[in-house]
Amino acid sequence: MALFNLQINGRSYRADVDPDTPLLWVLRDNLGLVGTKYGCGIAQCGACTVHLNGEATRACVLPVSAVGKSKVTTIEGLSATGTHPVQQAWDKIDVPQCGYCQAGQIMTAAALLKHNPKPSTAEIDTAMTGNICRCGTYHRIREAVKVAAASTGSASTKSK
Amino acid sequence: MQTLPNASRRNFLKLAATAGGGLLLGFNWTETEGAVVATDATAVNAAVPGVGFNSYLSINPQGVITILSPNPEVGQGIKTAFPIIVAEELDADWRKVVVEQAPLDTKKFERQVAGGSGSIPHSWTRLRQAGATARQMLIGAAAKRWNVPAAECTTASGSVIHTGSNRKLTYGELATEAAQLPVPTDVKLKDQKDFKIIGQTIKNVDNPGIITGKPLFGLDFYREGMLFAMIQRPAFGYTLKSVNDTTIKAMPGIVDVVTFDNNVAVVGKSTWQVKKAKDALKIDWTKTDATESTDDHNRLFKELLDKPDATVRRKDGDVDAAFKSAAKVVTAEYQCPFLPHTPMEPMNFFAHVRPDGVELVGPTQTPELARNETAKLLGIPPEKVSVQLTRMGGGFGRRLKADYVIEAVQVSKRVNAPVKLIWTREDDMTGGSYRPAVRYRFQAALDAQGNMIGYKLRGASINAGNSTREDNFPAGAVDNLLIDSVDHKSAITTGPWRAPITNFLAFAEQSFLDEVAQAAGKDAVQFRLDLLEKAKAKPAGAVKYDVDRMVGVIKLAVEKSGWGTKKGVDGNAVSQGFSVYFSHRSYVAQVGEVVVKKGKPVVQKMYAVADCGVVINQSGARQQVTGCIVDGIGHAMYGNITFKDGVPEQTNFNTYRLIRLNEIPDVEVHFVDNGMDPTGLGEPALPPAGAAVANAIFKATGKRVRNQPFAEDEAFKSVS
Ligand code: FES
Ligand code: FES
Repeated sequence: MALFNLQINGRSYRADVDPDTPLLWVLRDNLGLVGTKYGCGIAQCGACTVHLNGEATRACVLPVSAVGKSKVTTIEGLSATGTHPVQQAWDKIDVPQCGYCQAGQIMTAAALLKHNPKPSTAEIDTAMTGNICRCGTYHRIREAVKVAAASTGSASTKSK
Repeated sequence: MQTLPNASRRNFLKLAATAGGGLLLGFNWTETEGAVVATDATAVNAAVPGVGFNSYLSINPQGVITILSPNPEVGQGIKTAFPIIVAEELDADWRKVVVEQAPLDTKKFERQVAGGSGSIPHSWTRLRQAGATARQMLIGAAAKRWNVPAAECTTASGSVIHTGSNRKLTYGELATEAAQLPVPTDVKLKDQKDFKIIGQTIKNVDNPGIITGKPLFGLDFYREGMLFAMIQRPAFGYTLKSVNDTTIKAMPGIVDVVTFDNNVAVVGKSTWQVKKAKDALKIDWTKTDATESTDDHNRLFKELLDKPDATVRRKDGDVDAAFKSAAKVVTAEYQCPFLPHTPMEPMNFFAHVRPDGVELVGPTQTPELARNETAKLLGIPPEKVSVQLTRMGGGFGRRLKADYVIEAVQVSKRVNAPVKLIWTREDDMTGGSYRPAVRYRFQAALDAQGNMIGYKLRGASINAGNSTREDNFPAGAVDNLLIDSVDHKSAITTGPWRAPITNFLAFAEQSFLDEVAQAAGKDAVQFRLDLLEKAKAKPAGAVKYDVDRMVGVIKLAVEKSGWGTKKGVDGNAVSQGFSVYFSHRSYVAQVGEVVVKKGKPVVQKMYAVADCGVVINQSGARQQVTGCIVDGIGHAMYGNITFKDGVPEQTNFNTYRLIRLNEIPDVEVHFVDNGMDPTGLGEPALPPAGAAVANAIFKATGKRVRNQPFAEDEAFKSVS
């Protein structure tokens, strides 16, 4: 066990865990941030997507010891209130079915729009293809990314 | 289509915003919200206790209407659909509705199951009556206060109105008095044309929690002092001999290693420590002589199909004579592999076995089964077991079984502590309860005019029981028909998988009908319509589907898809394939469109026409149909679990392929508007998808894909 200081959603957290523990399980088991989901544990499904210094990252394969001073954003911190344009688009288009994959989908989409505020359909497809939705909500995911892109255009897509 | 906002959601955003970043995220053990959805202004008002009108609804003085949704929510949208039905008959203001997930209480709710697309048909009338009864009581209370006849009062959007005197009282103002009135036994339900909420586009009531990452799911449930457990289960056909438990127990964070029923459970203080310990297990298994490989199954299928004796499921007329007199005989075989369910949230359950009873919390499609099996295992009365339902991250039939609940109970009992049992994705794929592997053999006898005078179907399956649905179309439309099945008992566990049996049978039947139509020289749609006409005019034996409704979806699908009139775009010829199916009480016709790009067939578009009677929620219904199609095509294309000596060869999403966003066709959904009582949509649009695609591939390429997954079928590979 070792003590780690983590910067998550603009706050400091301390976690006393084995250094090889994936960030995913530190978030969930130790910090009570359970919005980030487990789906495969091997970087294949995207359910665990968080932002590491603004980049979409798979928390299931990122040892906590590798996080260092990086700023982590989880779904809980994308906006504390569900007001991020991507979250709002997800609600507007009514994307979720079971909802389990959607935190990861939203985090991937938010990272995409941060780098590329007006993605083409092909760019959306490429960016979102790493995230599995077993319920098959892909059509609405694609639509919601477009709605979020259209609703922002400017600085508001910036995630913390 | 008008979109009805839900105040819960809007107010939630507002309220949380005014909290000014004060959302506290600390080291906290979060309990699942499970029960209460709306953490918003409406919900704040909802904190004021309301008066109960019946099992489903209560109203408080603030006018907040709390509707209990008794059925498990697995992504089928029932937690939104049920309250819509109650709210409609109540004439509620949807923005003032708060939805709560009810715990298991079969005395109040009778059927609390998510399966068989059966929730809506079961509860339609009972939910309407719950709303209408309360509405009538509210009217009664207002009439009393105003001293006017109840018949002069009307309701709208959460208020009772007396137009004559221009008076109005909200449900909140009337609730306490109304609830004291005798419960009317004979209430009038609304005329469908007066529906204001049913049939609108209404958003998932759990969206606010989902998009902000709230703890809604079973895996999100934490309890102070809870231990974590994972289990290594034997491969199929093995028993437990010994395990290095002393070494494992010495690993960091590990509290215990316990065994039961050939399972080895590792129990510890965190998910990751338990996972590492599980990976470090060294287990000696004893191999029984029953271990099987996919090659064995392929051989076995041939034997079963040729077996002289089989269980006859349906027999009409004289098939032997029909085949003897046939001008032409068409024969084809179709095969599908085992499939895991792979819901995105793996199996998990919380169990706390205490001396005074058992507490269960988690994702299950059948809470009653979980309770009863727990009671049976422990030899205690079922009343001693409580079940709290969490939202489920998908189920697809896997959570109709209670095996993983019982595992959690077994572990909690042995370690004498609250335990959350977690399956890894690898456990999910290798742990069984698969969709069974099946091979079908079809034979059709045609007369000189191309009429189908004889039809034979044999299903050969592994642990599927009856792999046919003997009363399905074209039964009833063919004078001489024989449907039988043979099943092989295997150590590989199987279970219901979304649209059980029909998820593959529909592909086989609807592909074969295409083959027969082609042999008869008839258009695929006209061939089906001719058969249906025959089923109506001169039925052969019982007809257990509604011919007119099936014809209805076929005709609308023809119209919407421009069947037979499609010209290619972008220089690519568009080829269409047709499929229609009745399953789980709903009728669905689909047209698939395929183009050949770079020598490969690509599914470009799917049209779906569904007849599920009244559509409760446009948003949810469209989503179910679209999701079913994505699911159906995805598994038809890629899904495959193979075995080597009882061991599944695919263990995670790197070796087991699911359809992804860049692989979906466009989907266009239409509903037949016939005002019939609603039926479910969680399954019926899945079965026809595979054949609509395969029939279009045939038209596009001349290659008949008869085996799933398509991607590995020779016909598909050799397309050029
Ligand atoms: S859980 Fe991390 S990618 Fe699947
Ligand atoms: S909504 Fe269920 S997995 Fe995506």
